[in-house]
Amino acid sequence: MSQSQGLEIDALFHPDGMEGRDHRNDHVFRVAVLACALFVLIALLGAALSMLWGAREAFATFGWPFIWSTDWDAVQKKFGALVPIYGTLVTATIAMIIAVPVSFGIALFLTEIAPAWMRRPVSAAIELLAGIPSIIYGMWGLFVFVPFMSSHVDPWLDEHIGPLPFIGKLFKGAPIGLGMLSAGIVLGIMVIPFISAVTREVFTTVPVQLKESAYAVGNTTWEVVWDVVLPYTRSAVVGGIFLGLGRALGETMAVTFVLGNAHLLSPSLLEPGNSIAATIANEFTEADSPIYLSSLIALGFLLFIVTFIVLAVARLMLSRLARREGAVT
Amino acid sequence: MNELAQWRRRQLTDALARTLATIATLFGLFWLVWILWTTLSKGLPALKWALFTQMTPPPGMDGGLLNAFLGSIIMSGLAILMGTPIGIAAGTYLSEYARHTKLGGTIRFVNDILLSAPSIIIGLFVYEVMVRPMGHFSALAGAIALSFIVLPVVVRTTDEMLQLVPSTMREAALALGVPQWKVVRQVLYRAALAGIITGVLLALARISGETAPLLFTALNNQYLTTKLTEPMANVPVVIFQYAMSPYEFWHALAWAGAFVVTMFVLVLGLVSRGVLLRTSEYR
Repeated sequence: MSQSQGLEIDALFHPDGMEGRDHRNDHVFRVAVLACALFVLIALLGAALSMLWGAREAFATFGWPFIWSTDWDAVQKKFGALVPIYGTLVTATIAMIIAVPVSFGIALFLTEIAPAWMRRPVSAAIELLAGIPSIIYGMWGLFVFVPFMSSHVDPWLDEHIGPLPFIGKLFKGAPIGLGMLSAGIVLGIMVIPFISAVTREVFTTVPVQLKESAYAVGNTTWEVVWDVVLPYTRSAVVGGIFLGLGRALGETMAVTFVLGNAHLLSPSLLEPGNSIAATIANEFTEADSPIYLSSLIALGFLLFIVTFIVLAVARLMLSRLARREGAVT
Repeated sequence: MNELAQWRRRQLTDALARTLATIATLFGLFWLVWILWTTLSKGLPALKWALFTQMTPPPGMDGGLLNAFLGSIIMSGLAILMGTPIGIAAGTYLSEYARHTKLGGTIRFVNDILLSAPSIIIGLFVYEVMVRPMGHFSALAGAIALSFIVLPVVVRTTDEMLQLVPSTMREAALALGVPQWKVVRQVLYRAALAGIITGVLLALARISGETAPLLFTALNNQYLTTKLTEPMANVPVVIFQYAMSPYEFWHALAWAGAFVVTMFVLVLGLVSRGVLLRTSEYR
């Protein structure tokens, strides 16, 4: 028996020797990493509480009507959240109308249609869209996309769809390019990589036997995806969509550039508007009274609550499929 | 005959779906090319040596982005230094001590929410707890805000990468009498090193373009400073302010900054992908 082995065995029987020290170190290490893990919980809790604290003045002054009031007057010191909430919801809805079908198409293409050599580079390219910083989307939106909309798309919409009953209201207005429609489209482009990445990933978890049996009885690709793959992955696909929705609701810089920063409640998508995040970003450094600042933080708190719920739903839906996956294998 | 018609219809639906899916993919790639082309064609002509040697100018004068680049490097570096150790430790706890516990599940859930929470909320949070008590904007507050964005990325990747390490490695080391904290440090961290580095690189890529949290914390500074208690210039906020301004020359500077940031982020993305790919081959 060599000396070192002897030492190890000795240590096993001497609690105050090396083993005692190791035991203590193990304990210290465990407590240290636990503290860091708890810090993650504290961070989220701290974010919520600090914003609630910052918003207390606004909530105390305006009460519940803060949520549905359309006031936004820095001179009279009257503030309400309806216009930014409306803008956030409308732009996010436009974004989802664009991003959901496109992402589904991309996932379908990458899992069932594209030849094997093409899948990796194409999905990497789509993921690059997620890597581009949002301020770049904003600049591109302001200097390239908005002029394009105002000279090519908006006038056409105003002329051809504007006179129609009902939906015409949505597309009437001066073709300035800035506005809900442009912001919604830019947001849609930004969330496509997130939704398509989740969708593509969960599509690949469908057991091959399941798909192959469906193909073997003569189903077409579309039928396999619609009747086998989609039902199998439904909850996770919904989770991915909610993940994208969470992004769209809270996206700040791109929307700030493109939405036009006008405190205006209009049914037309061609008119400029405001969103929660854009209002905060635009006006935070200009807020000249405590109640103004507090109202902006109150907006942030509302955004926090909404995105928290949306993201929580997303995670629950995603973990559902993961659990079933665990049960199958 | 009826059957044939039905078959035709099914084939037609399938062909339509395939075409639409291909068009959707081209649609996604179309925007990527358009945006990258814009950044390239507007940023490249504005790229000059003065960009890296001169300060941000007042309207109507020549200048560069030196103070902004320096500020971004300082604050991103600090954020990585603060966020990475805490993130690795938290990820270690999740993977090694709480893989199937309720607390572990809760922390993972909260971490995932933090990962996709709007960054503007982080900015407001740090404004409330740091900027307001201190009474002024500061580079330190900016770095802390960025570190809250680094944290969940590192936690997630560390947790995932450590879980990928085969449990036989842990058992082999433990069977030799190595205490667990040494197993983690000397065996698991080594095995998962490439993955953890990837996480840190991804986090760096994410914060180098972040604007919203810095707007309420570090703000901006027209001059070069290395004092952490003062407002500090940084590339994203300078891009934001210059792009929103009416001056042509400021626009050009903003495009040059945008070009540099985009290239940096894309290269980082490629590098981290490469690191991960090498290790998966190694496995």
